[in-house]
Parts: sequence; C-alpha cells; structure tokens
Amino acid sequence: MASTIRVRATSSGDITEVQALIQHPMDSGFVKDAKGEIIPPHFIQQLKFEHDGKDVFVADWGPAVSKDPYVKFSFKGGKKGDDLRISWVDNKGASDTTTAKVG
Amino acid sequence: MTATTGASATRRLILKGAASVALIGLGNLPFAAERARAAANDKYPEQAFRQKSEADAIKALYGKTAEPSDKIKVDAPEIAENGAVVPISVTTTLEKVSSISFLVTENPNALAASYLIPEGTIPSVANRLKMAKTTKLVAIVEADGKLYSAVKEVKVTVGGCGG
Repeated sequence: MASTIRVRATSSGDITEVQALIQHPMDSGFVKDAKGEIIPPHFIQQLKFEHDGKDVFVADWGPAVSKDPYVKFSFKGGKKGDDLRISWVDNKGASDTTTAKVG
Repeated sequence: MTATTGASATRRLILKGAASVALIGLGNLPFAAERARAAANDKYPEQAFRQKSEADAIKALYGKTAEPSDKIKVDAPEIAENGAVVPISVTTTLEKVSSISFLVTENPNALAASYLIPEGTIPSVANRLKMAKTTKLVAIVEADGKLYSAVKEVKVTVGGCGG
C-alpha cells in the first residue's frame, strides 16, 4: 500500500528543510455526517522525524490540525543522501512509517 | 547517596531558588528538569489537549504561565476564508528553544499543536490549523526554561468545524 506520508527534505549548507504532507482525515469529533450523526474523533496524535538515530522534530497534534496535515521545519546537520525516518500514530492506534532521503 | 525521590525534590528546590546558579553549578541534570516540556519527550500530552481554555491548556502542558515577547513572529492570514485550513507559521529569534505550541482560543479545545524542538532544530514551524470562528491565535515558545507568547487575531469567514 502506498504510504500516507509524503516528504521532501532538501539540504542547503548545513540546514535541511523538511516538508511533510500526510493523508489523514483528522476528524475532530465535532462534525456531523449527512445523517446528522457525529463523526467520531480520528486524528494523528504524534508525528516524529528521526535523523541519525535522534529525534529532530516531534509534533503532538490535537484534532484542530487540518485534514491531510502539512508541516514544515528545518534542522542542522543533515547531508544529501541521509535517511530521514518519519512515523505517526493516531488516536485509534493506527500508524505509518516511511523513510525519505535528504536531497 | 540519596534515593532518587530525594534527589529530584532537592533539584526542584534548587531550581525554584536559583535556576541559573543550578544550571551552571550542577550541569546537565537540573537542565533536563528545567525543560519541562522536553523532559516528557515521548509522551503525548493528552490532558493538555482536553482543556477548553487557553490558560488551562498552557498550564496542563507547561505548568507555568507565559510572558509576551516581541521576539516571536506569528505569520497568519488576517482573514481566513476557509476556517478548515488556515496556514500558520511561527518563528522566533529566542535562543535555547525547546518547544513551540499553537493555541486557537475560540476552538472547543484551545491547544491545536505542540512541537518539540530538539537542539539543532531551527525554532520555526509552519502548519495548517482549523478554526471554528474568528479567534486569537496564541503562539507559545518555551526557551531556556521560560515561556513566551505572541498573539495574532484571525478573522474567519467560514468556520472550520463543519457546523
């Protein structure tokens, strides 16, 4: 199955800029469906980025993060060709992991 | 030597009394305790996300209050046509940043997102948040064990909670 995580990590100088886009409904639990029934909350709680065995960025999210979440950050020390490991887990215990190359 | 509980109690006292002296004097351990948010590294702050008000969420997350800072730049649209997707970024020139949090005061639960910034990561985050209606966006930056805040008003024409 295709990964839910799309990442672009580009290094320039000693800074690596990371952009990630994840496919996830991020249901808040406040929205009703067409039948007027509440759609139960379903959202990513934690998203981690690891480089060289170390967390470089950890996102803790509530349901107020938009559907198909996007995040951008930068860290020092990444080089072209390095692996960046990205993983998320949601409030229902589902998860996904992928590895991206720094370009 | 003293038991672990004793040691941590002592550490807390030292921190309360003279944080800076403790930092220089005792090396790494007190520093780890000082960075409250960073210390809880892997734990998802469930309680903080459940709080309704901004003040309660900050208290649950950090256990202290923030002071306004002009070293935090919040980039958000003045008018958001679609409250379901509001692009927001926060950048700061503060040093020793360990976390950045985003709170949307008029949402059912104020805390929207909280990011841990380990050493070596640039204290600048962009993301997209939902906003129920016109609201204040509060950015909290934890730097060198202290909390700083910046506020920006966002006018929302169509709410993001599907109501």
